[in-house]
Amino acid sequence: MTDFDLVWKNLFRKPLRTILLTVSIFMAFLIFGILTSLNVALDRASESGSASNRLVVSNKINFTQSMPYAYVNRVAAIPGVTAVTYQNWFGAYYQDQRTSRFVGFAVDPETYMAIFRDEARLTDAERQAFLSERTGVIVGKSLADRYGWRVGQTIPISSNIYSQANGRRSWDMKISGIFTGAKPTDPTTAIYFHYDYMNETITFERDQVGTITVVTASPDQNDQVAKAIDANFANSPAETSTVDEKTFSRAFLKQAGDLNFIVTMVVSAAFAAILMIVSTTLVSAMRERTKEIGVMKTLGFSSPRVLRMVLGEAVLLSSLGAVLGLGTSAFILTGLSKSPVGSSFGDLSMSPVVALSGLALAVSLGLVTGAIPALSALRMSIIEALNRG
Amino acid sequence: MSALIQLKNVKKTYKRGKESITIFDGLNLTIEQGDFVAIMGPSGSGKTTLLNLLGGTDRSDSGEINFDGERIDGYNEGQLAGWRARSVGFIFQFYNLMPVLNAAQNVELPLMLTKLSAGKRRANVETALKIVGLWDRAKHRPKELSGGQQQRVAIARAIVSDPKFLLCDEPTGDLDRNTANDILGTLQQLNQEMGKTIVMVTHDPEAARFAKRTLHLDKGVFAEVTQ
Repeated sequence: MTDFDLVWKNLFRKPLRTILLTVSIFMAFLIFGILTSLNVALDRASESGSASNRLVVSNKINFTQSMPYAYVNRVAAIPGVTAVTYQNWFGAYYQDQRTSRFVGFAVDPETYMAIFRDEARLTDAERQAFLSERTGVIVGKSLADRYGWRVGQTIPISSNIYSQANGRRSWDMKISGIFTGAKPTDPTTAIYFHYDYMNETITFERDQVGTITVVTASPDQNDQVAKAIDANFANSPAETSTVDEKTFSRAFLKQAGDLNFIVTMVVSAAFAAILMIVSTTLVSAMRERTKEIGVMKTLGFSSPRVLRMVLGEAVLLSSLGAVLGLGTSAFILTGLSKSPVGSSFGDLSMSPVVALSGLALAVSLGLVTGAIPALSALRMSIIEALNRG
Repeated sequence: MSALIQLKNVKKTYKRGKESITIFDGLNLTIEQGDFVAIMGPSGSGKTTLLNLLGGTDRSDSGEINFDGERIDGYNEGQLAGWRARSVGFIFQFYNLMPVLNAAQNVELPLMLTKLSAGKRRANVETALKIVGLWDRAKHRPKELSGGQQQRVAIARAIVSDPKFLLCDEPTGDLDRNTANDILGTLQQLNQEMGKTIVMVTHDPEAARFAKRTLHLDKGVFAEVTQ
């Protein structure tokens, strides 16, 4: 028999209590695993496809508000700007709005492909096809795989924003190419199609653009160019807000709110509750065993060794809950990655950093929850323990 | 015979609130190797305190406590723990077995403090349980054993690391007469056949008859010695 065997047997002295504690810890780590991984995926998604010398111009009120098309040329004329392109959020879905929504932008193919060549990788033939076909659309590989789309196929893409003059809400688009990302983990769940095709057929908001992407001569000029753009449209009906692309992507992905803050608050609340529950239960469990601790010390177990065993029990308990919680969240995340909503975050799988952080958190939780009973076991005199038990 | 334990001019007081209660004020005691001593006395006479001092689970205020020629009253807590593990076997009134462990695992506990191999430990556990006649109950948990059987497991635990000295605190206080006599017979056997030195605190004159001599403690003083 080893110290570990003894710790293990003590942990399962009252199986129901241990199971209930493990389940509460499991829940906390399940929340931690899923929310933290989502947050990491969000960071990754906002970084992928962002370049340091690219800026995004949007309406100052909100990026959901549009700007006049005429802004594109005015932005292009500002010193320090080397290229521009523009895009409109389409509110795209395929067949069923509730289950098949995805990112869809109407873009200017020529300028878009010039700037985002690396982020949306196509063969030369596909690129040529996209440029030349007015109803052409390029679709991300994940999306194509999900719906079984093939190059050359014509698909109806609907919008939850726009409609056509004939009342239809869907546009027939011919798949010109299926793009992959710069990295295998980059999300490829979007579609891009011709701005003109949309602009000519929609019933409102014509000649408006959602955002303008700007390439600067160098990242050092970003601030200066951004200020110049916003100054140019100051006091106009549609004032602008120009930020670097990464900041914009993150803000765009976090429309639901500051996920970092939400994750921190939810995870902290979960752990604070668990800390209280587990600490109180362990203190009471150790009180039940006061006499046994006295007997162990009488037999010759040193106080530090008893302390280690009590702490070990708490760490083992929290690790058990953590491994189950993190394992289950990894499993759920894998499933979520394959869902329409999850796949828009790109790679949702739990990163080693999240898993290791979770395990470190489990050890810390064990040490904190075990600290009071362990210290009391350390300090307790044999006579006191034997008399009290 | 040489002295295994010697108490010289031992003083011990307890604080109870603002009051200071003197238990021993210059107690002297010598216990020879191979002795079997019963200590009797009324409640509050200092029996348990004496047992605690002899077992190194409590400290005297002054005086000397020698074990096998070595002073142990100056040991720090860690040294005392090590000494207890090597030299003393404890038998309690209410057995004090670990409920989560079976009989063999309970007996093995003191061996966790040694560097013996797993095989040697198993052999020692088997020997100790055979001595007390409970090898066939090795896999039983304490709650599956009778009071007498639990006390036998506790005796096996006390002797498994082969200490010279056994301290028994009312070992038959929770048992019926017949079972008590069995247990006392086992202690007597350990004393006579294996040379264990035994100090047993008891209220029971019948139990004391199994010892070689009985010391009567009253108000911290040995009042009478019965051979």
